[in-house]
Amino acid sequence: MDSSMHNPAATPEKSGLSVAMARNPIDVAITVIAMLLFGMYLIGAPEVYLHFDIYRSFMSTLPYMGLLALGATFIVTLGEIDLSFPSVMGVAAWVFATVFTMTGSIPISFLACIGTGMICGALNGLLITRIGVPSIVATIGTMFLWRGLVNVLAQGKGIPLVEMRDSVFYDVLVGRLFGQIPMQFVWFCLIAILMIAIYKRHVFGSHVLFVGDNKSSAQMMGIRVYRTRMTCYILMGAMSGLSAVFLLSEVTYFWPTTGDGFLLPALAAVFIGGTSVFGGRGSMYGTFVGILIIGSLEAGIVAMGVQGFYTQLIYGLTITVAVSIYALVMKK
Amino acid sequence: MDLSNSLLSLENIHMSFRRVDVLKGIDLTINRGEVVALVGDNGAGKSTIIKVMTGVHHPTKGKVYIKGEHVNMRSVQDSRTRGVETVYQERALADQQEIWRNVFAGREIRNRLGFMDVKRQRAEAAQLLRERMGFTSRAITTDSEVAGLSGGEKQGVAIARALFFEADLIILDEPTMGLSLKETDKVLKFVRNIREQGKSAILIDHNILHVYSVADRFVILDRGKIAGQFTKDQISREQLIDIMVDLHQTGQIKTH
Ligand SMILES: Nc1ncnc2c1ncn2[C@@H]1O[C@H](COP(=O)(O)OP(=O)(O)OP(=O)(O)O)[C@@H](O)[C@H]1O
Ligand SMILES: [Mg+2]
Repeated sequence: MDSSMHNPAATPEKSGLSVAMARNPIDVAITVIAMLLFGMYLIGAPEVYLHFDIYRSFMSTLPYMGLLALGATFIVTLGEIDLSFPSVMGVAAWVFATVFTMTGSIPISFLACIGTGMICGALNGLLITRIGVPSIVATIGTMFLWRGLVNVLAQGKGIPLVEMRDSVFYDVLVGRLFGQIPMQFVWFCLIAILMIAIYKRHVFGSHVLFVGDNKSSAQMMGIRVYRTRMTCYILMGAMSGLSAVFLLSEVTYFWPTTGDGFLLPALAAVFIGGTSVFGGRGSMYGTFVGILIIGSLEAGIVAMGVQGFYTQLIYGLTITVAVSIYALVMKK
Repeated sequence: MDLSNSLLSLENIHMSFRRVDVLKGIDLTINRGEVVALVGDNGAGKSTIIKVMTGVHHPTKGKVYIKGEHVNMRSVQDSRTRGVETVYQERALADQQEIWRNVFAGREIRNRLGFMDVKRQRAEAAQLLRERMGFTSRAITTDSEVAGLSGGEKQGVAIARALFFEADLIILDEPTMGLSLKETDKVLKFVRNIREQGKSAILIDHNILHVYSVADRFVILDRGKIAGQFTKDQISREQLIDIMVDLHQTGQIKTH
Protein backbone atom coordinates (compact mmCIF):
# COMPACT_ATOMS: atom_id res chain seq x y z
CA MET A 1 0.00 0.00 0.00
CA ASP A 2 1.47 3.34 -0.94
CA SER A 3 0.42 5.57 1.89
CA SER A 4 3.04 8.16 1.03
CA MET A 5 0.94 9.33 -1.91
CA HIS A 6 -1.42 11.02 0.44
CA ASN A 7 1.09 11.75 3.07
CA PRO A 8 3.30 14.67 2.19
CA ALA A 9 5.19 14.25 5.44
CA ALA A 10 6.49 10.92 4.20
CA THR A 11 7.62 11.86 0.69
CA PRO A 12 11.25 10.87 0.11
CA GLU A 13 12.71 14.36 -0.21
CA LYS A 14 11.71 15.17 3.37
CA SER A 15 14.12 14.17 6.08
CA GLY A 16 13.29 12.10 9.13
CA LEU A 17 13.52 15.20 11.28
CA SER A 18 10.79 17.06 9.45
CA VAL A 19 8.55 14.01 9.68
CA ALA A 20 9.13 14.07 13.43
CA MET A 21 8.42 17.81 13.43
CA ALA A 22 5.16 17.38 11.58
CA ARG A 23 3.92 14.47 13.69
CA ASN A 24 5.23 15.48 17.11
CA PRO A 25 5.99 19.20 17.27
CA ILE A 26 5.91 19.17 21.06
CA ASP A 27 8.38 16.29 21.33
CA VAL A 28 10.76 18.29 19.17
CA ALA A 29 10.21 21.45 21.24
CA ILE A 30 10.89 19.74 24.57
CA THR A 31 14.04 18.12 23.19
CA VAL A 32 15.32 21.51 22.07
CA ILE A 33 14.50 23.08 25.44
CA ALA A 34 16.35 20.26 27.23
CA MET A 35 19.39 20.66 24.99
CA LEU A 36 19.44 24.42 25.54
CA LEU A 37 19.28 23.96 29.31
CA PHE A 38 22.04 21.40 29.21
CA GLY A 39 24.14 23.69 27.04
CA MET A 40 23.59 26.40 29.63
CA TYR A 41 24.79 24.11 32.43
CA LEU A 42 27.86 23.14 30.39
CA ILE A 43 28.81 26.73 29.71
CA GLY A 44 27.87 27.96 33.18
CA ALA A 45 29.62 25.25 35.15
CA PRO A 46 31.93 23.19 32.90
CA GLU A 47 34.01 22.01 35.86
CA VAL A 48 30.88 20.32 37.24
CA TYR A 49 29.26 19.12 34.04
CA LEU A 50 32.36 17.62 32.48
CA HIS A 51 32.61 15.21 35.39
CA PHE A 52 30.54 12.12 35.96
CA ASP A 53 29.69 12.85 39.62
CA ILE A 54 26.81 15.21 38.88
CA TYR A 55 25.22 12.66 36.51
CA ARG A 56 25.57 9.91 39.07
CA SER A 57 23.83 12.13 41.55
CA PHE A 58 20.98 12.87 39.08
CA MET A 59 20.67 9.19 38.29
CA SER A 60 20.25 8.22 41.91
CA THR A 61 17.67 10.92 42.75
CA LEU A 62 15.60 11.25 39.55
CA PRO A 63 13.80 7.90 39.39
CA TYR A 64 11.44 8.33 42.38
CA MET A 65 9.78 11.45 41.04
CA GLY A 66 10.20 10.08 37.52
CA LEU A 67 8.19 6.91 38.02
CA LEU A 68 5.37 8.98 39.54
CA ALA A 69 5.39 11.34 36.57
CA LEU A 70 5.22 8.44 34.09
CA GLY A 71 2.11 7.11 35.81
CA ALA A 72 0.55 10.56 36.14
CA THR A 73 0.90 11.13 32.38
CA PHE A 74 -1.85 8.58 31.73
CA ILE A 75 -4.16 10.20 34.31
CA VAL A 76 -3.60 13.70 32.91
CA THR A 77 -4.18 12.37 29.39
CA LEU A 78 -7.60 11.18 30.59
CA GLY A 79 -8.31 14.83 31.37
CA GLU A 80 -8.22 13.95 35.07
CA ILE A 81 -5.75 14.47 37.89
CA ASP A 82 -4.40 12.53 40.85
CA LEU A 83 -3.17 14.52 43.84
CA SER A 84 -2.98 11.53 46.15
CA PHE A 85 -0.05 9.60 44.69
CA PRO A 86 2.53 10.91 47.21
CA SER A 87 0.28 9.66 50.00
CA VAL A 88 -0.27 6.33 48.24
CA MET A 89 3.50 6.10 48.04
CA GLY A 90 3.60 6.68 51.80
CA VAL A 91 1.15 3.84 52.53
CA ALA A 92 2.96 1.50 50.17
CA ALA A 93 6.28 2.45 51.77
CA TRP A 94 4.94 1.65 55.24
CA VAL A 95 3.77 -1.75 54.02
CA PHE A 96 7.17 -2.38 52.47
CA ALA A 97 9.01 -1.48 55.67
CA THR A 98 6.65 -3.44 57.88
CA VAL A 99 6.66 -6.59 55.74
CA PHE A 100 10.43 -6.42 55.41
CA THR A 101 10.84 -6.10 59.18
CA MET A 102 8.61 -9.14 59.62
CA THR A 103 9.96 -11.40 56.86
CA GLY A 104 13.38 -10.06 55.97
CA SER A 105 12.52 -10.83 52.34
CA ILE A 106 12.84 -8.10 49.70
CA PRO A 107 10.76 -9.95 47.03
CA ILE A 108 7.84 -10.46 49.42
CA SER A 109 8.00 -6.85 50.62
CA PHE A 110 8.27 -5.72 47.00
CA LEU A 111 5.08 -7.54 45.98
CA ALA A 112 3.21 -6.37 49.08
CA CYS A 113 4.25 -2.79 48.39
CA ILE A 114 3.22 -2.78 44.71
CA GLY A 115 0.00 -4.59 45.64
CA THR A 116 -0.80 -1.95 48.25
CA GLY A 117 -0.20 0.81 45.71
CA MET A 118 -2.54 -0.92 43.26
CA ILE A 119 -5.27 -1.35 45.88
CA CYS A 120 -5.05 2.34 46.85
CA GLY A 121 -5.12 3.25 43.15
CA ALA A 122 -8.16 1.03 42.58
CA LEU A 123 -9.97 2.70 45.49
CA ASN A 124 -9.22 6.11 43.96
CA GLY A 125 -10.50 4.80 40.65
CA LEU A 126 -13.72 3.42 42.13
CA LEU A 127 -14.41 6.70 43.91
CA ILE A 128 -13.97 8.58 40.64
CA THR A 129 -15.48 6.23 38.04
CA ARG A 130 -18.20 4.44 40.02
CA ILE A 131 -19.30 6.93 42.67
CA GLY A 132 -18.65 9.78 40.28
CA VAL A 133 -16.60 12.17 42.40
CA PRO A 134 -14.51 14.45 40.14
CA SER A 135 -10.89 13.29 40.22
CA ILE A 136 -9.46 16.49 41.70
CA VAL A 137 -11.99 16.44 44.53
CA ALA A 138 -11.71 12.72 45.18
CA THR A 139 -7.92 12.74 45.32
CA ILE A 140 -7.76 15.78 47.61
CA GLY A 141 -9.79 13.61 49.95
CA THR A 142 -7.68 10.49 49.55
CA MET A 143 -4.47 12.52 49.70
CA PHE A 144 -5.29 13.32 53.34
CA LEU A 145 -6.84 9.91 53.92
CA TRP A 146 -3.80 7.86 52.85
CA ARG A 147 -1.35 10.19 54.59
CA GLY A 148 -3.45 10.11 57.73
CA LEU A 149 -3.46 6.33 57.54
CA VAL A 150 0.35 6.21 57.34
CA ASN A 151 0.65 8.53 60.33
CA VAL A 152 -1.66 6.34 62.38
CA LEU A 153 -0.04 3.07 61.25
CA ALA A 154 3.51 4.28 61.79
CA GLN A 155 2.65 6.19 64.97
CA GLY A 156 4.89 8.93 63.65
CA LYS A 157 7.94 6.70 63.89
CA GLY A 158 10.49 5.79 61.23
CA ILE A 159 11.58 2.21 60.48
CA PRO A 160 15.24 1.39 59.81
CA LEU A 161 15.88 -1.02 56.94
CA VAL A 162 19.66 -1.40 56.95
CA GLU A 163 19.42 -5.23 56.78
CA MET A 164 18.29 -4.79 53.17
CA ARG A 165 21.94 -4.25 52.26
CA ASP A 166 22.72 -7.91 52.96
CA SER A 167 20.42 -9.16 50.22
CA VAL A 168 21.33 -9.68 46.56
CA PHE A 169 18.06 -8.01 45.65
CA TYR A 170 19.37 -4.82 47.19
CA ASP A 171 22.04 -4.69 44.48
CA VAL A 172 19.50 -5.52 41.81
CA LEU A 173 17.32 -2.59 42.91
CA VAL A 174 19.75 0.14 43.88
CA GLY A 175 23.26 -1.26 43.39
CA ARG A 176 25.77 0.41 41.10
CA LEU A 177 26.11 -1.05 37.61
CA PHE A 178 29.86 -1.32 36.75
CA GLY A 179 30.35 0.39 40.09
CA GLN A 180 29.06 3.64 38.58
CA ILE A 181 25.49 3.70 37.32
CA PRO A 182 22.72 3.56 39.95
CA MET A 183 20.49 0.56 39.19
CA GLN A 184 17.34 2.52 40.00
CA PHE A 185 18.12 4.69 36.98
CA VAL A 186 18.54 1.65 34.76
CA TRP A 187 15.16 0.34 35.89
CA PHE A 188 13.61 3.75 35.50
CA CYS A 189 14.87 4.03 31.91
CA LEU A 190 13.59 0.56 31.01
CA ILE A 191 10.18 1.37 32.46
CA ALA A 192 10.15 4.74 30.70
CA ILE A 193 10.88 3.09 27.34
CA LEU A 194 8.05 0.62 27.96
CA MET A 195 5.66 3.44 28.90
CA ILE A 196 6.63 5.49 25.83
CA ALA A 197 5.87 2.48 23.64
CA ILE A 198 2.57 1.85 25.43
CA TYR A 199 1.48 5.47 25.16
CA LYS A 200 1.70 5.78 21.39
CA ARG A 201 1.68 2.20 20.11
CA HIS A 202 -0.25 0.04 22.53
CA VAL A 203 -4.01 -0.36 22.42
CA PHE A 204 -4.20 0.82 26.03
CA GLY A 205 -2.38 4.09 25.33
CA SER A 206 -4.61 4.70 22.33
CA HIS A 207 -7.72 4.09 24.42
CA VAL A 208 -6.52 6.51 27.10
CA LEU A 209 -6.13 9.18 24.41
CA PHE A 210 -9.65 8.48 23.13
CA VAL A 211 -11.25 8.57 26.56
CA GLY A 212 -9.43 11.81 27.38
CA ASP A 213 -10.49 13.30 24.08
CA ASN A 214 -14.18 12.45 24.16
CA LYS A 215 -15.70 9.95 26.57
CA SER A 216 -18.98 9.42 24.76
CA SER A 217 -17.33 9.04 21.35
CA ALA A 218 -14.90 6.58 22.91
CA GLN A 219 -17.81 4.56 24.25
CA MET A 220 -19.52 4.52 20.86
CA MET A 221 -16.27 3.44 19.22
CA GLY A 222 -16.38 0.34 21.39
CA ILE A 223 -13.78 1.42 23.92
CA ARG A 224 -14.43 0.24 27.45
CA VAL A 225 -14.23 3.63 29.11
CA TYR A 226 -14.68 2.44 32.69
CA ARG A 227 -12.02 -0.23 32.37
CA THR A 228 -9.56 2.17 30.73
CA ARG A 229 -9.94 4.76 33.50
CA MET A 230 -9.67 2.15 36.26
CA THR A 231 -6.50 0.77 34.67
CA CYS A 232 -4.94 4.25 34.71
CA TYR A 233 -5.58 4.68 38.44
CA ILE A 234 -4.34 1.19 39.26
CA LEU A 235 -1.23 1.80 37.16
CA MET A 236 -0.65 5.08 39.01
CA GLY A 237 -0.86 3.12 42.27
CA ALA A 238 1.62 0.52 41.00
CA MET A 239 4.04 3.28 40.01
CA SER A 240 3.70 4.86 43.47
CA GLY A 241 4.52 1.49 45.03
CA LEU A 242 7.49 1.01 42.73
CA SER A 243 8.75 4.48 43.51
CA ALA A 244 8.49 3.69 47.23
CA VAL A 245 10.48 0.46 46.79
CA PHE A 246 13.37 2.28 45.10
CA LEU A 247 13.39 5.21 47.49
CA LEU A 248 13.33 3.03 50.61
CA SER A 249 16.02 0.76 49.19
CA GLU A 250 18.28 3.69 48.42
CA VAL A 251 17.99 5.29 51.86
CA THR A 252 17.27 2.05 53.79
CA TYR A 253 14.93 3.93 56.05
CA PHE A 254 11.17 4.47 56.16
CA TRP A 255 9.77 7.69 57.51
CA PRO A 256 6.06 8.61 57.66
CA THR A 257 6.45 11.55 55.28
CA THR A 258 7.76 9.31 52.48
CA GLY A 259 6.49 10.70 49.18
CA ASP A 260 5.91 14.24 50.40
CA GLY A 261 7.28 16.85 48.07
CA PHE A 262 6.98 14.75 44.89
CA LEU A 263 3.54 16.00 43.86
CA LEU A 264 4.40 19.27 42.18
CA PRO A 265 7.69 18.25 40.53
CA ALA A 266 6.03 15.15 39.06
CA LEU A 267 3.07 17.09 37.69
CA ALA A 268 5.42 19.81 36.44
CA ALA A 269 7.34 17.15 34.51
CA VAL A 270 4.09 15.96 32.93
CA PHE A 271 3.01 19.45 31.89
CA ILE A 272 6.46 20.58 30.75
CA GLY A 273 6.45 17.42 28.64
CA GLY A 274 3.47 18.72 26.70
CA THR A 275 0.55 16.68 28.04
CA SER A 276 -2.62 18.75 28.00
CA VAL A 277 -4.72 19.26 31.14
CA PHE A 278 -7.79 19.04 28.93
CA GLY A 279 -6.97 15.45 28.06
CA GLY A 280 -6.71 13.60 24.77
CA ARG A 281 -3.31 14.96 23.92
CA GLY A 282 0.11 14.37 25.32
CA SER A 283 3.46 12.69 25.13
CA MET A 284 5.16 10.12 27.33
CA TYR A 285 8.47 10.92 25.68
CA GLY A 286 7.81 14.55 26.63
CA THR A 287 7.27 13.50 30.24
CA PHE A 288 10.55 11.57 30.18
CA VAL A 289 12.47 14.63 28.99
CA GLY A 290 10.45 16.75 31.43
CA ILE A 291 11.63 14.50 34.27
CA LEU A 292 15.25 14.99 33.21
CA ILE A 293 14.71 18.76 33.11
CA ILE A 294 12.84 19.11 36.40
CA GLY A 295 15.11 16.60 38.12
CA SER A 296 18.30 18.40 37.10
CA LEU A 297 17.14 22.00 37.33
CA GLU A 298 17.84 22.65 40.97
CA ALA A 299 21.25 20.99 41.08
CA GLY A 300 22.09 22.52 37.72
CA ILE A 301 21.31 26.02 38.87
CA VAL A 302 23.20 25.65 42.11
CA ALA A 303 26.23 24.21 40.31
CA MET A 304 26.32 27.22 38.03
CA GLY A 305 27.02 29.32 41.09
CA VAL A 306 23.64 31.00 41.13
CA GLN A 307 22.47 31.45 44.67
CA GLY A 308 20.02 28.86 45.92
CA PHE A 309 17.08 31.19 46.30
CA TYR A 310 17.10 31.84 42.55
CA THR A 311 16.24 28.21 41.85
CA GLN A 312 12.48 28.60 42.16
CA LEU A 313 12.56 31.63 39.90
CA ILE A 314 14.43 29.80 37.15
CA TYR A 315 12.32 26.69 37.75
CA GLY A 316 9.18 28.72 37.26
CA LEU A 317 10.58 30.53 34.25
CA THR A 318 11.44 27.25 32.50
CA ILE A 319 8.00 25.79 33.09
CA THR A 320 6.19 28.95 32.06
CA VAL A 321 8.22 29.37 28.87
CA ALA A 322 7.78 25.71 27.92
CA VAL A 323 4.02 25.61 28.35
CA SER A 324 3.70 28.93 26.48
CA ILE A 325 5.64 27.48 23.55
CA TYR A 326 3.26 24.49 23.46
CA ALA A 327 0.21 26.69 23.56
CA LEU A 328 1.59 28.63 20.59
CA VAL A 329 2.58 25.48 18.70
CA MET A 330 -0.88 23.97 19.19
CA LYS A 331 -2.63 27.14 18.07
CA LYS A 332 -1.06 27.01 14.61
CA MET B 1 -41.04 -14.95 18.61
CA ASP B 2 -39.85 -16.49 15.36
CA LEU B 3 -36.21 -15.64 15.12
CA SER B 4 -35.16 -17.91 12.25
CA ASN B 5 -34.69 -15.19 9.64
CA SER B 6 -34.01 -12.47 12.16
CA LEU B 7 -30.68 -10.71 12.30
CA LEU B 8 -31.50 -8.49 15.23
CA SER B 9 -34.58 -8.37 17.45
CA LEU B 10 -35.76 -6.22 20.28
CA GLU B 11 -38.22 -7.68 22.75
CA ASN B 12 -40.24 -5.33 24.92
CA ILE B 13 -37.44 -2.77 25.28
CA HIS B 14 -37.89 -0.06 27.89
CA MET B 15 -35.40 2.69 28.44
CA SER B 16 -35.49 5.58 30.84
CA PHE B 17 -33.08 8.37 31.66
CA ARG B 18 -33.40 9.75 35.18
CA ARG B 19 -36.86 8.22 35.52
CA VAL B 20 -38.06 9.75 32.24
CA ASP B 21 -39.36 6.96 29.98
CA VAL B 22 -37.90 7.38 26.53
CA LEU B 23 -38.68 3.93 25.10
CA LYS B 24 -41.89 2.26 26.21
CA GLY B 25 -41.98 -1.36 25.11
CA ILE B 26 -40.35 -1.65 21.70
CA ASP B 27 -40.69 -4.92 19.74
CA LEU B 28 -38.81 -4.83 16.49
CA THR B 29 -37.17 -7.37 14.22
CA ILE B 30 -34.68 -6.73 11.45
CA ASN B 31 -34.50 -9.59 8.95
CA ARG B 32 -31.64 -10.68 6.76
CA GLY B 33 -31.33 -8.81 3.49
CA GLU B 34 -33.71 -6.07 4.54
CA VAL B 35 -33.36 -2.30 4.72
CA VAL B 36 -35.53 -0.87 7.48
CA ALA B 37 -36.19 2.82 7.91
CA LEU B 38 -36.86 4.28 11.34
CA VAL B 39 -38.84 7.50 11.10
CA GLY B 40 -40.40 9.83 13.62
CA ASP B 41 -40.25 13.29 15.15
CA ASN B 42 -37.29 14.79 16.94
CA GLY B 43 -37.05 13.18 20.35
CA ALA B 44 -39.20 10.18 19.36
CA GLY B 45 -36.45 7.82 20.52
CA LYS B 46 -34.90 6.66 17.23
CA SER B 47 -31.31 7.21 18.27
CA THR B 48 -32.00 5.72 21.67
CA ILE B 49 -33.30 2.53 20.02
CA ILE B 50 -30.13 2.04 18.04
CA LYS B 51 -27.99 2.79 21.08
CA VAL B 52 -29.80 0.05 22.95
CA MET B 53 -29.39 -2.29 19.96
CA THR B 54 -25.66 -1.68 19.78
CA GLY B 55 -24.70 -1.67 23.46
CA VAL B 56 -24.16 2.03 24.12
CA HIS B 57 -27.09 1.97 26.54
CA HIS B 58 -28.18 -0.92 28.67
CA PRO B 59 -31.98 -1.14 28.49
CA THR B 60 -33.96 -0.60 31.68
CA LYS B 61 -36.04 -3.62 30.70
CA GLY B 62 -36.30 -6.00 27.74
CA LYS B 63 -34.04 -8.19 25.65
CA VAL B 64 -31.83 -7.81 22.62
CA TYR B 65 -31.26 -10.80 20.30
CA ILE B 66 -28.61 -10.89 17.60
CA LYS B 67 -28.79 -13.79 15.15
CA GLY B 68 -31.22 -15.52 17.49
CA GLU B 69 -28.94 -15.33 20.49
CA HIS B 70 -29.86 -13.30 23.57
CA VAL B 71 -27.08 -10.78 24.15
CA ASN B 72 -26.58 -9.01 27.45
CA MET B 73 -25.33 -5.73 25.97
CA ARG B 74 -22.51 -4.19 27.99
CA SER B 75 -20.45 -2.40 25.37
CA VAL B 76 -20.45 -1.60 21.67
CA GLN B 77 -18.03 -4.52 21.30
CA ASP B 78 -20.95 -6.84 22.09
CA SER B 79 -22.80 -5.83 18.93
CA ARG B 80 -19.73 -5.24 16.80
CA THR B 81 -18.27 -8.70 17.31
CA ARG B 82 -21.64 -10.11 16.19
CA GLY B 83 -21.55 -8.26 12.90
CA VAL B 84 -23.34 -4.99 13.63
CA GLU B 85 -21.70 -1.73 12.50
CA THR B 86 -23.08 1.67 13.43
CA VAL B 87 -22.75 5.26 12.33
CA TYR B 88 -24.13 7.22 15.26
CA GLN B 89 -25.82 10.56 14.90
CA GLU B 90 -22.95 12.08 16.92
CA ARG B 91 -20.49 10.41 14.49
CA ALA B 92 -18.35 9.13 17.36
CA LEU B 93 -15.04 10.59 16.32
CA ALA B 94 -12.29 11.86 18.60
CA ASP B 95 -11.31 15.29 17.29
CA GLN B 96 -7.75 15.50 18.52
CA GLN B 97 -6.70 12.06 17.31
CA GLU B 98 -5.33 11.17 13.89
CA ILE B 99 -7.65 9.78 11.23
CA TRP B 100 -5.94 6.37 11.27
CA ARG B 101 -6.43 6.12 15.01
CA ASN B 102 -10.11 6.97 14.65
CA VAL B 103 -10.65 4.44 11.86
CA PHE B 104 -9.31 1.58 13.96
CA ALA B 105 -10.55 2.72 17.38
CA GLY B 106 -11.69 -0.24 19.43
CA ARG B 107 -10.62 -2.84 16.81
CA GLU B 108 -6.97 -2.12 16.37
CA ILE B 109 -4.69 -4.34 14.33
CA ARG B 110 -2.57 -5.61 17.16
CA ASN B 111 -0.22 -8.34 18.18
CA ARG B 112 -0.69 -10.71 21.09
CA LEU B 113 0.76 -8.25 23.57
CA GLY B 114 -1.64 -5.55 22.46
CA PHE B 115 0.86 -3.45 20.53
CA MET B 116 -0.66 -2.00 17.38
CA ASP B 117 0.67 -2.41 13.86
CA VAL B 118 0.71 1.35 13.32
CA LYS B 119 2.25 1.09 9.86
CA ARG B 120 -0.50 -1.18 8.56
CA GLN B 121 -3.23 0.88 10.19
CA ARG B 122 -1.84 4.02 8.54
CA ALA B 123 -1.63 2.29 5.18
CA GLU B 124 -5.14 0.84 5.34
CA ALA B 125 -6.61 4.12 6.52
CA ALA B 126 -4.87 5.87 3.61
CA GLN B 127 -6.38 3.38 1.20
CA LEU B 128 -9.78 3.94 2.78
CA LEU B 129 -9.51 7.70 2.33
CA ARG B 130 -8.40 7.36 -1.27
CA GLU B 131 -10.60 4.59 -2.58
CA ARG B 132 -13.77 4.76 -0.57
CA MET B 133 -13.95 8.48 -0.06
CA GLY B 134 -12.00 9.88 -2.99
CA PHE B 135 -9.98 12.16 -0.74
CA THR B 136 -7.37 13.61 -3.03
CA SER B 137 -6.65 16.71 -1.03
CA ARG B 138 -2.98 16.71 -0.11
CA ALA B 139 -3.77 18.67 3.01
CA ILE B 140 -5.58 15.69 4.49
CA THR B 141 -3.53 12.64 5.34
CA THR B 142 -4.13 9.71 7.64
CA ASP B 143 -2.04 11.61 10.18
CA SER B 144 -4.38 14.62 10.10
CA GLU B 145 -6.43 15.24 13.18
CA VAL B 146 -10.15 14.85 12.71
CA ALA B 147 -10.60 18.41 14.01
CA GLY B 148 -9.20 19.72 10.75
CA LEU B 149 -11.90 18.09 8.60
CA SER B 150 -15.07 19.76 7.37
CA GLY B 151 -18.42 18.56 8.70
CA GLY B 152 -19.08 16.51 5.58
CA GLU B 153 -15.61 15.04 5.61
CA LYS B 154 -16.00 13.99 9.23
CA GLN B 155 -19.24 12.28 8.32
CA GLY B 156 -17.48 10.67 5.39
CA VAL B 157 -14.86 9.21 7.70
CA ALA B 158 -17.52 7.85 10.05
CA ILE B 159 -19.47 6.22 7.21
CA ALA B 160 -16.42 4.90 5.38
CA ARG B 161 -15.20 3.41 8.66
CA ALA B 162 -18.47 1.53 9.15
CA LEU B 163 -18.48 0.19 5.59
CA PHE B 164 -14.81 -0.77 5.76
CA PHE B 165 -15.38 -3.34 8.47
CA GLU B 166 -17.79 -5.53 6.61
CA ALA B 167 -20.84 -6.21 8.73
CA ASP B 168 -24.11 -8.12 8.38
CA LEU B 169 -26.13 -5.20 9.68
CA ILE B 170 -25.21 -1.58 9.12
CA ILE B 171 -27.03 1.07 11.11
CA LEU B 172 -26.95 4.65 9.86
CA ASP B 173 -28.38 7.42 12.05
CA GLU B 174 -29.07 10.47 9.86
CA PRO B 175 -26.14 9.77 7.54
CA THR B 176 -27.11 12.46 5.04
CA MET B 177 -27.50 15.26 7.54
CA GLY B 178 -25.63 18.32 6.31
CA LEU B 179 -24.33 16.67 3.14
CA SER B 180 -24.39 18.14 -0.37
CA LEU B 181 -26.70 16.58 -2.98
CA LYS B 182 -23.85 14.70 -4.55
CA GLU B 183 -22.63 13.27 -1.25
CA THR B 184 -26.19 12.41 -0.24
CA ASP B 185 -26.61 10.41 -3.47
CA LYS B 186 -23.44 8.55 -2.71
CA VAL B 187 -24.65 7.60 0.76
CA LEU B 188 -28.03 6.42 -0.57
CA LYS B 189 -26.25 4.38 -3.21
CA PHE B 190 -24.20 2.75 -0.46
CA VAL B 191 -27.40 1.77 1.31
CA ARG B 192 -28.85 0.16 -1.86
CA ASN B 193 -25.55 -1.64 -2.27
CA ILE B 194 -25.83 -3.06 1.19
CA ARG B 195 -29.07 -4.80 0.26
CA GLU B 196 -27.74 -6.02 -3.07
CA GLN B 197 -24.99 -7.73 -1.13
CA GLY B 198 -27.66 -9.53 0.88
CA LYS B 199 -26.87 -7.60 4.02
CA SER B 200 -29.22 -5.59 6.19
CA ALA B 201 -29.40 -1.94 7.12
CA ILE B 202 -31.29 0.37 9.42
CA LEU B 203 -31.63 3.90 8.13
CA ILE B 204 -32.75 6.90 10.15
CA ASP B 205 -33.46 9.97 8.05
CA HIS B 206 -35.94 12.84 8.31
CA ASN B 207 -36.20 13.10 4.54
CA ILE B 208 -39.04 10.77 3.48
CA LEU B 209 -37.91 10.93 -0.13
CA HIS B 210 -34.54 9.48 0.81
CA VAL B 211 -36.11 6.92 3.05
CA TYR B 212 -38.68 5.80 0.52
CA SER B 213 -36.12 5.42 -2.24
CA VAL B 214 -34.00 2.88 -0.37
CA ALA B 215 -35.98 1.15 2.38
CA ASP B 216 -38.12 -2.01 2.22
CA ARG B 217 -39.99 -1.35 5.42
CA PHE B 218 -40.87 1.76 7.40
CA VAL B 219 -41.14 1.74 11.16
CA ILE B 220 -42.86 4.81 12.54
CA LEU B 221 -41.88 5.82 16.01
CA ASP B 222 -43.87 8.18 18.18
CA ARG B 223 -42.91 9.23 21.69
CA GLY B 224 -41.13 6.03 22.54
CA LYS B 225 -43.62 3.62 20.95
CA ILE B 226 -43.96 2.05 17.54
CA ALA B 227 -47.00 3.75 16.03
CA GLY B 228 -47.08 1.65 12.88
CA GLN B 229 -45.10 -0.40 10.38
CA PHE B 230 -45.54 -0.59 6.62
CA THR B 231 -43.73 -2.39 3.86
CA LYS B 232 -43.00 -0.62 0.64
CA ASP B 233 -45.73 -2.50 -1.27
CA GLN B 234 -48.34 -1.51 1.30
CA ILE B 235 -48.09 2.24 0.81
CA SER B 236 -46.98 4.81 -1.72
CA ARG B 237 -44.54 7.58 -1.01
CA GLU B 238 -47.36 10.12 -0.78
CA GLN B 239 -49.30 7.98 1.67
CA LEU B 240 -46.23 7.69 3.86
CA ILE B 241 -45.81 11.45 3.85
CA ASP B 242 -49.50 11.89 4.72
CA ILE B 243 -49.18 9.46 7.60
CA MET B 244 -46.20 11.34 8.97
CA VAL B 245 -47.97 14.69 8.69
CA ASP B 246 -51.12 13.32 10.35
CA LEU B 247 -49.10 11.79 13.13
CA HIS B 248 -47.36 15.06 13.74
CA GLN B 249 -50.61 17.01 13.83
CA THR B 250 -53.02 14.65 15.57
CA GLY B 251 -50.70 12.26 17.36
CA GLN B 252 -52.39 9.32 15.61
CA ILE B 253 -52.07 7.24 12.49
CA LYS B 254 -55.14 7.25 10.28
CA THR B 255 -55.78 3.96 8.56
CA HIS B 256 -55.89 4.42 4.81
N1 LIG C 1 -28.26 10.29 27.45
C1 LIG C 1 -29.48 10.84 27.64
N2 LIG C 1 -29.81 11.38 28.83
C2 LIG C 1 -31.04 11.92 29.04
N3 LIG C 1 -31.99 11.97 28.11
C3 LIG C 1 -31.74 11.46 26.90
C4 LIG C 1 -30.47 10.87 26.60
N4 LIG C 1 -30.49 10.45 25.32
C5 LIG C 1 -31.71 10.76 24.85
N5 LIG C 1 -32.47 11.37 25.78
C6 LIG C 1 -33.85 11.82 25.61
O1 LIG C 1 -34.57 10.79 24.98
C7 LIG C 1 -35.47 11.29 24.04
C8 LIG C 1 -35.26 10.60 22.71
O2 LIG C 1 -33.99 10.95 22.20
P1 LIG C 1 -33.44 10.38 20.83
O3 LIG C 1 -32.09 10.95 20.65
O4 LIG C 1 -33.57 8.91 20.83
O5 LIG C 1 -34.43 11.01 19.77
P2 LIG C 1 -34.42 10.89 18.19
O6 LIG C 1 -35.66 10.23 17.80
O7 LIG C 1 -33.15 10.29 17.73
O8 LIG C 1 -34.47 12.43 17.78
P3 LIG C 1 -33.73 13.23 16.59
O9 LIG C 1 -34.53 13.02 15.37
O10 LIG C 1 -33.80 14.64 17.04
O11 LIG C 1 -32.35 12.71 16.50
C9 LIG C 1 -35.25 12.79 23.98
O12 LIG C 1 -36.28 13.41 24.69
C10 LIG C 1 -33.93 13.00 24.68
O13 LIG C 1 -33.94 14.20 25.38
MG1 LIG D 1 -31.55 10.95 16.78
